[in-house]
Amino acid sequence: MLVEEIMTSEVITLNATHKIEEAVELLNKHRIRHIPVVNDDSHVIGILSDRDVRDAAPSILEEEQNLDILQNDVSTIMTTPVITVHPLDFIEDIASIFYEHEIACVPVTQNNELIGIVTEKDLLYRLIQLTGIHEQSSQIEIKVQHKVGVLPDVTRIISERNTNISSVFIYPYQDSFKEKIIVLRVQTMNPMPLIDELKQHGYEVIWPNIPGLSK
Amino acid sequence: MMSRAAFVYSDNFKNYKFRDDHPFNQKRVELTYDLLMKSDALNNKQVLSPRIASEDEIGLVHDRKYIEAVQLASRDQLKEEEGLEFGIGTEDTPMFSQMHEAAAQLVGGTLTAVDAVLSGDYIHAVNFGGGLHHGFKRKASGFCIYNDAAIAIQYIRSKYDYRVLYVDTDAHHGDGVQWIFYDDPNVCTLSIHETGRYLFPGTGNVNERGQNEGYGTSFNVPIDAFTEDESFLEVYRTSLRAIANHFKPDIIVTQNGADAHAFDPLTHLCCTMKVYEEIPKLAHEIAHEFCDGKWVALGGGGYDIWRVVPRAWAQVWEVANNGNILTGNLSKDWLNTWQQESPVNLPSTWQDPDNLYKPIPRKEEITEKNRLLLHKLLTPIINEQKYS
Repeated sequence: MLVEEIMTSEVITLNATHKIEEAVELLNKHRIRHIPVVNDDSHVIGILSDRDVRDAAPSILEEEQNLDILQNDVSTIMTTPVITVHPLDFIEDIASIFYEHEIACVPVTQNNELIGIVTEKDLLYRLIQLTGIHEQSSQIEIKVQHKVGVLPDVTRIISERNTNISSVFIYPYQDSFKEKIIVLRVQTMNPMPLIDELKQHGYEVIWPNIPGLSK
Repeated sequence: MMSRAAFVYSDNFKNYKFRDDHPFNQKRVELTYDLLMKSDALNNKQVLSPRIASEDEIGLVHDRKYIEAVQLASRDQLKEEEGLEFGIGTEDTPMFSQMHEAAAQLVGGTLTAVDAVLSGDYIHAVNFGGGLHHGFKRKASGFCIYNDAAIAIQYIRSKYDYRVLYVDTDAHHGDGVQWIFYDDPNVCTLSIHETGRYLFPGTGNVNERGQNEGYGTSFNVPIDAFTEDESFLEVYRTSLRAIANHFKPDIIVTQNGADAHAFDPLTHLCCTMKVYEEIPKLAHEIAHEFCDGKWVALGGGGYDIWRVVPRAWAQVWEVANNGNILTGNLSKDWLNTWQQESPVNLPSTWQDPDNLYKPIPRKEEITEKNRLLLHKLLTPIINEQKYS
C-alpha cells in the first residue's frame, strides 16, 4: 500500500513568520499534534509539534507567566531539517521511519512541494484493518512449519467449508526460524468444525488457549 | 384482568432450519415448552400463537433490497453470487426453502410478545423463538436472517415514545442491535459477552459507546474467556443496575442467549445454570422498578440444546410468571420423552451440581480483569452523578 493512499491531503500549515501563539490556536482548533512550516513555494522548511510549542510556552506552575514568549516566530522553535516521504513510498517505510527516528508524523512531498501528511494514527488505522477486526468474524491462530505450501493447504481447508477469510497475517513464532503463527479471521460464528479439521490435518491450533494450562 | 405473563409458541418455529447438522436448532424451543408443560409451570391459557411479521414490519429495520433477496432465496431463485452481498448462502446462513417465511414467523413471534405487553393485557411476555441479534440492516450473519429484537424495538418506538433498554446476555456481542441503534438516544443497549479477541463477531469493546445523539447509550462488557458465575454475575448486576438507574427505561427487552454455559460448544465461558437463574431475576426486578413491569424476554444463542437451553429458558419463564425459579428434580416424564433422542445424558435436576467442570486456573486474574472493565464501563456514569 502506498503513502498516497493513506495520506491526508488537506494539510494545515504555517509560515516561518507566524507567531507561536497562532500555532497554539491551530493545534487546539484542529485537534492535531503537528504542523509543517512552509515557504511561499510550498517547500517544507520545518515542522512544529505540540511538544515544541509546550517547551516554548511558559510553565503553568509559574505565578507570573511571560506570555510575550508566544509572540516569537515559529521559525525560532521549529524542528529542521524535516524528514519527508514521497507519495509512492510504501506505508511500511513510514512505519520504519517512525520506529527509527521516534517520531509520529511525516509530511509528504512531491517535487519538493508539500502535498500531504501521514501520522501514526493513520498507520494504526491501517493496522487495525489488516487484522480484519472491523468485519464480523472469528479468530483462529495456527502454529505451522515455515515451509512451502502450508498457507495454501490451510486456506484450502477453510474454503472447502465454504467459509470466507476476512484477513490473514503471519508472524514469527517467538524467536524460531522454523515456525510461524498464521492468524486468520474467518467469517463464521462456528469455527469449531473447522478447528477440528485443521487438527485432523496435523495443524496445531493455538486457540482455545486455556490460561495457565497451555504453554 | 391483566395477566402476568404470556408465552409465545408455535411448532412453526422449527421451520427456521438451515441444515440438519447446523448448530442453530429451534428444537430448543420445543424442548423448553415441553419441559414447562410437563413441570406444570405453563398452561395452555398462557400460550399465545405468534403472528407472521409483514414486510412493512420487517422493513422497519431491514433494507427492501435485502428482504427481496431473502424472498428470492426462499423460492430458490437467488443466484449464489447474488446472495453473498447479503450474507446469504454462507456456511453460517445457508439458503433454504421458505427461509423468508420461517424468519418472518420468528419476527412475528417477537411482535406478538411486544403487542401482549404494549396492549396492557400482560405485564411480561417471552418469545424464545426470537433474539436473533446478529442480523444487520442488509446482511444476514451469525445464524440470523431478520433481526427480530431490533424490529421489535423500532416497532415499540413507532407506537409509543418509550425509552427502550435492551439487555443482551448472549455469549456473543449483540452487534446487530447495537449498530442499528448506535445513534439513537432513546434506545440503550447493554451487551455482556465473551471478548471478541477470538470469538465471533469480534466487536463489543468497552469503548463502543454510541455516536452523535446516541453517544453514551451503548454499553459493552467484553468479559474474558473462562469467566465463571460469580464474576459474570458481578458484572451483570452492577452494570444493569447502574445503567437502568442512569437511563430510566420505560420498557425492557432482554435477549436471553444461553451460550455462556460451560457445556456450550461454541464459546469459552464457564458459567453454570446459576447465571440463568439470576439473569431473569434482576431483569424482572428492574422492569418492576422502572417500567411498571413491562418486560419482553427473547431467546438467542444456545448450542447445547439438550442439557442447557431448556432449563435456562424455563427459568426465564418461571421468573416472568412467578418471580421464582424452579428447583429440585426435573420432570421424569420429560426425561423419559427425550433421553432416547438426546446424544448426551440429560441432567436430572434443575440446578447444576458443583464441580461441573475442571477448576479454572487464573480465576482471580480473570475476575480482576472483568472488574477493571466494569469500572471503565461505568466511569462516565459515576462521574456524571458526582458533578450533576
